[in-house]
Amino acid sequence: MSDLSLPSPGLTLADLHGDPRRVRTERIVKAVLTAAATVSILISAGIIWSLARETFTFVTEVNWAAVLFSDGWWPRQGVYDLRTILVGSLWVTVIAMVVAVPVGLGSAIYLSEYARPSVRRVLKPTLEVLAGIPSVVLGFFVLSVISPSVVQRIFDNGLFSLAAAGIGVGILSIPLVASVSEDALRSVPVALREASYGLGAKKITTVTQVVLPAAVSGLVAAFILAVSRAIGETMVVFIAGGAAGNQAFELSPLEPGLTMTAAMATQAKGTDQVVGEALTFQSLYFVGAVLFVVTLGLNLVADRFVRKVRQAY
Amino acid sequence: MGQVDLPPAIEPTESLDVEDLNPDKEPTVVLSDAPSQEVVFAVRDLDVYYGTFRAVRDVNIDVHRNEITAFIGPSGCGKTTVLRCFNRMNDLIETARVDGSIQYHGVDLYDQAVNAVEVRRRIGMVFQKPNPFPKSIYDNVAYGPKLVGRKGNMDDIVEKALHRAALWDEVKDRLKASGLGLSGGQQQRLCIARAIANDPEVLLMDEPCSALDPIATARIEDLMQEIKDDYTIIIVTHNMQQAARVSDRTAFFTTEVNSESDTRTGLLVECDSTDKMFSNPSDERTENYVTGRFG
Amino acid sequence: MAFPSTLGAGGERAQRSVQEQLTGGQSDVVGQVFRILLLISLGVSLVVLAILFQDVITTGSGVFTTRAESFLSGGLRGSAARSGIFQAMAGTFWIGIFVVVFSFPIGVASAVYLEEYSTKGRLARLVDVNIRNLAGVPSIVYGILGLTIFVQQLEGITGGRSLMSAGITLAILVLPIVIITSAEAVRAVPGSLREAGYGVGATRSEVVRTMVLPYALPGIITGTVLALARAIGEAAPLYLAGVTTGLLPGKQGLLEPSQLRESFTALPVVIAEWSRNPREGFTEIAAAAIIVMLAIVLAMNTVAIVLRIRYEKKRK
Repeated sequence: MSDLSLPSPGLTLADLHGDPRRVRTERIVKAVLTAAATVSILISAGIIWSLARETFTFVTEVNWAAVLFSDGWWPRQGVYDLRTILVGSLWVTVIAMVVAVPVGLGSAIYLSEYARPSVRRVLKPTLEVLAGIPSVVLGFFVLSVISPSVVQRIFDNGLFSLAAAGIGVGILSIPLVASVSEDALRSVPVALREASYGLGAKKITTVTQVVLPAAVSGLVAAFILAVSRAIGETMVVFIAGGAAGNQAFELSPLEPGLTMTAAMATQAKGTDQVVGEALTFQSLYFVGAVLFVVTLGLNLVADRFVRKVRQAY
Repeated sequence: MGQVDLPPAIEPTESLDVEDLNPDKEPTVVLSDAPSQEVVFAVRDLDVYYGTFRAVRDVNIDVHRNEITAFIGPSGCGKTTVLRCFNRMNDLIETARVDGSIQYHGVDLYDQAVNAVEVRRRIGMVFQKPNPFPKSIYDNVAYGPKLVGRKGNMDDIVEKALHRAALWDEVKDRLKASGLGLSGGQQQRLCIARAIANDPEVLLMDEPCSALDPIATARIEDLMQEIKDDYTIIIVTHNMQQAARVSDRTAFFTTEVNSESDTRTGLLVECDSTDKMFSNPSDERTENYVTGRFG
Repeated sequence: MAFPSTLGAGGERAQRSVQEQLTGGQSDVVGQVFRILLLISLGVSLVVLAILFQDVITTGSGVFTTRAESFLSGGLRGSAARSGIFQAMAGTFWIGIFVVVFSFPIGVASAVYLEEYSTKGRLARLVDVNIRNLAGVPSIVYGILGLTIFVQQLEGITGGRSLMSAGITLAILVLPIVIITSAEAVRAVPGSLREAGYGVGATRSEVVRTMVLPYALPGIITGTVLALARAIGEAAPLYLAGVTTGLLPGKQGLLEPSQLRESFTALPVVIAEWSRNPREGFTEIAAAAIIVMLAIVLAMNTVAIVLRIRYEKKRK
């Protein structure tokens, strides 16, 4: 073999193949990493498979009259009025958005357009701390403060109510709305603001007529993500919404109620094969499937809006 | 106003020196061969700081009505910084600070009582990179007038502004289309129309053609000549030839190194009629720049 | 300094008028009100947090002052006066271990795969979309996954409704968080660093091991700590995965591995149950348990934030 320090005239392809050991290591590493990445796909498959089996059973065997024409969610008696728990989820979500959107958006606008850097450094962590509070703590807070001191004082209702729970879910959602909105606002180019000020616009005019409209895609995405989060929230309603295992159809949010998520949680509490009507267990999966599809749909739509923001700038 | 006898041997060096004027005479500001024109801005001993860093120092200059005044000079010499002082845009930067004075028709622009918003309605700005709002062409132009609540038919105001900006023919059939759908040159003319629609007295233009191709540039230079009679224009430009083509008066800025901090501070070297600046400038630095020996 | 008068006599009048116009603008009341409203919305979060902490502390601190030791070492009992959080802490502790053992390696490996090995491939795009969707799935749906697969299908391994099933379920729940934050950290590694490695003939795994991962490590750890804090606070999936809400027999040492295949409880569940319990004293111990949980979660979040700030400062 010729001296390796000079490219010899006899250099062949084989010389450039490389140390077989290192090549093999590379292959192994790549295989391991690929396997790791596919775990996430397996997880999705697992979720879908888990939901699909029992949902299929439910859908094919249930007495649809019990689902469509009955009143109230009484899974142990075989009454599965989806409306009841849908109304519950809807109320909680609406009330949560009434709380989270103004507060979250307002915070985002202030942080992005008004706050000086020193002020921002102090106030932004507030939102981050709020984001880290577990939902069970909010549930306790609703029962301990929000319901007695706010909701009951105004409406004079019982301790457990969907309205109070909704406020709790709203508080939980504030950081999400604020952070996605703030990203959307900050992505609006400075040049647009300068153009507006250059024409003699006041700050509030610039913010409301130039910045907010320009950021609208991102703001819509923030809203949709928050809605999805609120629909999927379990523990606050479970603790403070008065969720029992069953619920009569109830239109008023001032009464105790049941959301889709709380229905699932109360369902599986205790033993998993519940004594009762045959499809009681499957009803859990049915609700889970509805929940999964709804939140997935919302998240995909929100994703489209986020991508629109990235495209524009 | 007729010709005025000045005390002889006035060589305007850096710029008009206050002491050189005889205050008892009929007040006109005359600068060598320049036609006598009313002074719109009188800048005296202007320094601009960003924090503790002095970006520009000792600017003394007069800007005359219905003239195009060009600021030329190498990068980083503070031309844009000074330009942005005329409409208080530097207020938007936290650390910016102004020393000295800029008088607009005799009123100190930086007086406490002066409202920056009012200033900007009279002194409009066109930026380096076209920045139309993501709104329709119509709404872009109407934005300024709507702010002020200008009387009159908004459609007419928009049409007139677009005419003046030489854009009307190209967009008259698609006023509702987005401003972002126009070409670069068209967008910049839209921005000019937007500024004009506000009916300002002054137009500040910060390198308005630097992001455009030569054809679009030529159109905007023509436009400037057309509207000169109605506005006072100050233009910052990197392009000497553009300044020579377009302006009546030229101000040359340069930088000097601050030895202690290793930073550069801008300063105004000379301001005179464009003809004189390019053929027979008084300062050697100006001469070096315009003949291409440096810069 | 006297300025040259730039105008004639008529100009004097004009000058005064300019002065009036420039200074005459009305004070922007609407603008000020708007600004104050925005500041108030930011203040709402601050006020809510303050009231929350104050309420929790006043309600729960009594437990610590009167019976701290029995509270920390006791288990689930029928009466509030004799209940403690030891079993819950043990459960939460092991859940944390599962998250670290399971999610950290798989999460980092997935992130490295996405960012270093296959940035444009079809598989990578699928994985990327998939992870972003998983991040938005409600936590209780993960509970269904846990129930079906770990509690039922794999009962032989996990022991059914056990700590192991719960631990793996929560590890799966936070996996997307680990992947997303680690991928961001890896993406932030400057290309010049990689090029230096490839330039001297290092293989991809060597470049990753010796240059990319060390640089990205602070960001990765931040992400993992945040994921851990999230997992510790989750209760909904546990309900489906078979957490015990009533009484839990016996009390084992913290580190006894046999408990992994047996019934368990966890801190967030205990909080939920005690909060709902109307009987005497349960509100107080719920608040006390919350104090413990908040202390843990906030400590973790603070560590993560401090790490992130230091890491960002280093990069500047």
